[in-house]
Amino acid sequence: MTRTPPVTGDSTVPATHDTPGNKSRPGAAVELINVVKDYSGHRALNGINLTIAPGEFIALLGPSGCGKTTALRALSGLETIDAGNIRIDDTDVASVPVNRRDIGMVFQSYSLFPHMTALENVEFGLRMRRVPAAERRSRALDALAMVGLAEKGHRFAHQLSGGQQQRVALARALVTRPRVLLLDEPLSALDATVRVQLREEIRRIQTDLGITTLFVTHDQEEALAVADRVAVMRDGQIEQIGSPEELYMTPATPFVADFVGVSTQVSATIVDGQVMVQGVALPLLGDPQPDGPVTAFIRPEDVRFITADATRPALSAHVVSSSFLGSQRRTQVRFEDGTLMSVQHEVGVHPGVGERVLLAFAGRPVSAKPRS
Amino acid sequence: MSGVRIGAEPSAVVRRVILGAVAVVFAVPIISMIVFTFRDGLGDGQTVDHWAGLFSPDSARTYRNLFTGIGNSVILAFATVAIVLVLVLPTMIVVQMQFPRLKRVLEFICIIPITVPAIVLVVGLAPVYGVIARVFGSSTWTLAFAYGITVLPYAYRAIQSNLDAVDVVTLGEASRSLGANWFSVLWWVLLPNLRRGILAASFISVAVVLGEFTIASLLNRVNLQTALLQVSQSDPYVAVIFALLALALVFGLLLAIGRLGSAPHRRSTP
Repeated sequence: MTRTPPVTGDSTVPATHDTPGNKSRPGAAVELINVVKDYSGHRALNGINLTIAPGEFIALLGPSGCGKTTALRALSGLETIDAGNIRIDDTDVASVPVNRRDIGMVFQSYSLFPHMTALENVEFGLRMRRVPAAERRSRALDALAMVGLAEKGHRFAHQLSGGQQQRVALARALVTRPRVLLLDEPLSALDATVRVQLREEIRRIQTDLGITTLFVTHDQEEALAVADRVAVMRDGQIEQIGSPEELYMTPATPFVADFVGVSTQVSATIVDGQVMVQGVALPLLGDPQPDGPVTAFIRPEDVRFITADATRPALSAHVVSSSFLGSQRRTQVRFEDGTLMSVQHEVGVHPGVGERVLLAFAGRPVSAKPRS
Repeated sequence: MSGVRIGAEPSAVVRRVILGAVAVVFAVPIISMIVFTFRDGLGDGQTVDHWAGLFSPDSARTYRNLFTGIGNSVILAFATVAIVLVLVLPTMIVVQMQFPRLKRVLEFICIIPITVPAIVLVVGLAPVYGVIARVFGSSTWTLAFAYGITVLPYAYRAIQSNLDAVDVVTLGEASRSLGANWFSVLWWVLLPNLRRGILAASFISVAVVLGEFTIASLLNRVNLQTALLQVSQSDPYVAVIFALLALALVFGLLLAIGRLGSAPHRRSTP
């Protein structure tokens, strides 16, 4: 699913500027082709391939050390690559220095220049491009207005909250209307409420501007919430790339199944191509596997409480704990053999600890990996 | 049973006693010097003639060597600060941003001079200065090469503490991603944020250079301290007056460093 970048007439959007080669900018096409990056013997990027359509919002998701930040830095030019190609609008930029790549970047740590006001920070990129003072000021004010900080332009970084600093950093990155916007875990230092607000704002602005965006995060909820497509990385490679729905519903590998969303890992067995969990046969997701013991990944929403009914089989378990999640509740149950499993259900249902409950699987395909 | 805790903060009374004792140790010689400059020979009388004599046209010739020493020390101070700013500062920034693994090595190299007594340093420098004299001549300013080494530990610490307090790597990367070349990164972003460290390093360097005697004396160069020694043999009053003035200047510099460290954030617009 790709959102088509709209042609914006929004007055709050900074006017398209006139740096050479950037007359119009609905967003650039980006390609990473067999990109390899080594750090003194450790391969951070192991032949990564990634294609981003113009105006697309891609999230790179993965655990620490999987290479997602390295991939972003390679695209920005802050890291040189050892092999492969990086193309922006069909031009190989692998040897182009970072200051000439025409990218905008927001960093994890607040990277505002402490000796400048917010307005001067936003003006910086335009100043480096020798934009006349009056236009520079006007566009910087527009950019600050775009992130809702028009009134805070005179403040220094230390006079702004973390969320406000990241908004200024976003305005600073966007004011030059770069071809590509790179976001390196820009929300990770913020508190939960501000994170949600800002990520929605980032998505809104990105959609308005239609700028090609690469967003690095280790937070799956963040990635699934904002991106058109999510690339899950592992050991310097992309394990799977797809829409958030695809990743969640049809993970290609056990790693993706485990990493994206919440799963309970339970002992199971492959029998005739099906996964036997607690004696119930469930369809196997992905490639067929030989018969034998496996670890199955069961989503909490794929298990539900049922009432006693002689017409359908039910599993019996005891409630171990129950957590209130706002709009839903997640309850952990223990089967007779000691297997623990999570069940996601309505808030109104509140089984007591130790209570015996009956369960059934939704019957959706489950991921499984051979058990060592 | 009550006892004295090891490492406990001393009481207010003890603190005042310690502070008073230290103040006396520092104040007695300084006050003695001031009093001495007003003494009228060996008698008990007081006079301002020694101070007034400094501004007398007749004394210009008498104190010519002293003024030469002052001039040389000022030149040396500027040259030493230039060495710190042109060589040490960029090296430290490059190491901090590009080669962080070399930080320990650089620190070790920069701290070494503080462990070498000046007299030992001169023994090693003497043959080096033979070469320097052939290349650059024997002008006094060439002492700045030696002073550049002498001030390294102080300049390093002042700059490094500022570097550690500022995330220069991220600031550099942010500015480069915004289109700045390396010069612009340095000029518009890094130097304004390293202002305190740079000024502190410069002032400390000036203070060290103005107080340096051993190297200049043993390498037969004239600076403020060697000239003071020479003048003191003919006119001890003037020597003490200039020593006091030099002390006041250095005190002022250190005071300025202290103010810089506690100064509020100021704007420096590109």
